[in-house]
This record gives sequence, C-alpha cells and structure tokens, in this order.
Amino acid sequence: MITIVGAGPAGMAAAGSAVRCGAEVTVIDDNPAPGGQIWRGEGRTLAAGAVFIGQARVVSGDSGNRTLLVETATGARNLSYDKLILATGSRELFLPFPGWTLPGVFGVGGLQALAKSGLPLRGKRIAVAGSGPLLLAGAAYFRKQGANVVLIAEQASITSVARFAAGLWRWPAKAGDALHLQTALLGVPQRHGCWIESAEGEERVERLHFREGNNRFSIEVDYAAIAWGLVANNEIAALLECPSVAGTGGAEVSAVEGEIAGLVAAGRDDLAQKLAPRREKARRFAREIDRCFALRPEIRELPRPDTIVCRCEDVPFSRLQAFNSFRAAKLHTRCGMGPCQGRICGPAARLLFGWRDESVRPPILPARVGTLAAPPAESGQ
Amino acid sequence: MLIRINGRPFEALPHTTVAAAILATGHTAFRRSVSGQARAPLCGMGICFECRVSIDGSPHQRSCQIAVREGMEIVTE
Repeated sequence: MITIVGAGPAGMAAAGSAVRCGAEVTVIDDNPAPGGQIWRGEGRTLAAGAVFIGQARVVSGDSGNRTLLVETATGARNLSYDKLILATGSRELFLPFPGWTLPGVFGVGGLQALAKSGLPLRGKRIAVAGSGPLLLAGAAYFRKQGANVVLIAEQASITSVARFAAGLWRWPAKAGDALHLQTALLGVPQRHGCWIESAEGEERVERLHFREGNNRFSIEVDYAAIAWGLVANNEIAALLECPSVAGTGGAEVSAVEGEIAGLVAAGRDDLAQKLAPRREKARRFAREIDRCFALRPEIRELPRPDTIVCRCEDVPFSRLQAFNSFRAAKLHTRCGMGPCQGRICGPAARLLFGWRDESVRPPILPARVGTLAAPPAESGQ
Repeated sequence: MLIRINGRPFEALPHTTVAAAILATGHTAFRRSVSGQARAPLCGMGICFECRVSIDGSPHQRSCQIAVREGMEIVTE
C-alpha cells in the first residue's frame, strides 16, 4: 500500500506510475479535487485504480509506526502506509513591504486560485508585480477573465530577462509558452527592473507605489497580485525526518520527480533510472529561472520599522531586528507562532535576516481537539 | 444558491468557495488581526489563515478551502 500526500502534478504522476506497476495507491489532498494549485478546477483525474481522499489534511505522523494522522471534513483518522510519497508541492514566497497586509493584496497564484474558485475579475484594475514567469502567466489569466491588467512590474533587469529569453531555444515548449503569453499580453504595460515599494489604502488596497531605477511612480488599483518565487511545503517531510527532499522546480520537474518516486515506491528502480535525463533537463530550466530572476538586494530593504512581518501575531519588522535566530524571535515576540505556524513569515525571515527555521512540531496545522484523539490506524483506508 | 454574509442574503454560484463568494460581494475585511487591522485572503490556498471566518456557527474556518452550500451563514471575524 503506497500512500501519496498531495494530488498536484507530482502526486498525480506518482500515482500513475505506481498504479501502472500494479501497486495499491491512496492519494490524499487538502483540496476537494485532484490537480493541485496549477491544475485547480480543470477536472483532472487520478490514474484509474488510485483511491482519492479529498479535503484531508495531515496533522501529524509517525515514520516509526508508518502512520499519518489525517483530519477530514467529517472527522479524523490514523492512516497507515507501507511506502509514503510526499508530493506536498509549493506555496508562494511572500515578502513584507509597507501595506502588504491590506485586503486586496494577494499572491499571483493566490488571486488565480480565488478566480478559479469563483471570484469574478471582470473590470478589476490589477497590477502584477514581483519576479519570474508566473507574473506573465498570472497576468494573462487575469486578462482572460476580463480584468484590466494595468501593469506588470518585473524586478529583474531587462538584461536578465533578455538573457532568459535568449536561452529559451533549449526548451522549445517553454519558448512556445512564452510567445503565447506575450501575444496574450499585447497592450499591457510591462516594466523591467521595476518593483513595488508599498501599497496604500483605507481598509483595502487603493494605490501602489513603484520604483524603477531612481524614478518613483504610483498607480490606482483594485487588486495587487505579487509573486516573488516559490517555497517547498516541507513541513511533513521535516516532521517525519524524510531523508531526501527534492524541493521546488515547477510543474515539469514535479511531474518527472513524481513519476520517479512512484516507480521507486513500487520497486521499479530500473525504470526510474531511465527518467534521470528527463529530470535533469527539467531541473536545468528551473535553475535558469532561479538565476535570471534572482531577487535584487533592494527587495530585502522594503520593510519599514512598523511593517508587519508576522501577520498572524502582528509582529513588526522593528521588533525582530534585535534577535539573531528565528527561535529567539519566536520565544520573545510570538513571530511564527500563530495559526499559519510560520509558513508565511518563516521564509520571509529567512530572506530578511538569514534565519533558518527547521523545527517542526505536531500538530503541523491547527487541528480540532477531537482529531488528536483519533482511533488507531486500520490498515488501508 | 442563497447564502448569508453577516446576515445579508447573497446569491452565489455552486462550486464557488466561501472566500471567493465574500470577495465577490465587494466585502473586503474577512477578519481583524490581533492589533485590529482589516485582513483578507493572501494565499488563496489554505496556508496563510488570513481568510478565516465563522461558518454556520463554527469559528476560524479557512474560507478559501470551503465551497458554498445552500443556506450557509457566514460571519466575518
């Protein structure tokens, strides 16, 4: 019995390859349907034969007993497994800047997820800012939904972006995607070497302030969609002391690494070996993105003393500067101790202060009291 | 389907999440932070907990992960 946590590109690929090898597979996911964030609402289905448990969150686990404590809409249970594949995907990296806590400031992926789950964007003035190809993909999606994309601000310099574009011939499918996006975005103002400095408004975002070289300008918006990069959801892997963690890399890397994990779990290392070149090709593209869209140092200097870093506990930047570790800051300020358990401020603190936060304790998400008293595992589901 | 947000009736489409339904009405503050600031969804995928609202009497529900149901009573926090 192979259990897979996460039904995004990696989890779906893992389920596919494991089922093809004849394994019994159960896939659990926080969302009601498979597809992950990238294929949300597209009606993707798991390989026939794999069992799907939706709206299920892993709260804790024990790699010694090979069980996961899972909370669902209706209750909680301990799920036992022989082999476990963690395909928990990525979340967006969020970095604090003045006004980033205002309603109407979203992650690019976040606003896309909300639009895919029913939020109408028609006529909304949306600025897209931050870094990376996700800006263009998000902007094109918002425009398709009828939004008025007023600006795309890429913090990487025009030289960096041009270098990235010039290297795309090595990945013809990606070059095709890029061309398609640029066609979809014709007429949308795009700036490079341009970054958001602050957001402003009364109870919701109304205005964004940008910097481009030594120039500053402002625009009026209904929504701001910001993307700085991705962070791997490593909490369950850390809790279970998983020996090999692959990290982020985009849907293609995820799909091939998921396929490899499914084959290895099903005992077919021989077939997994053959996928190494495909994995390396996908990884090379991910590295190229990291290199060309590296964040400029000014981004780290965006927070003002009163800028909130930990949104759960409202801890401002000035209160954190006195500490030299995330642990010390947690103890003295409650930074990272709220419901999100440092998932938002942890990666931000790492970039701002160089702190690493590796400590993960159960429950890894706020859980109902009854969940922690769930009955012991039955085999299978 | 008919839902209520802070007592006011709204028509929501099936398969819409509670977060999307609230934003669609133009309502912006989902909750007040510990220092009283207005907050609303950030991540849209169940991670940031900024979209917490009370649903049918259960407090602190992540509205971006829950689909609307006929007659749902939603109260912002």
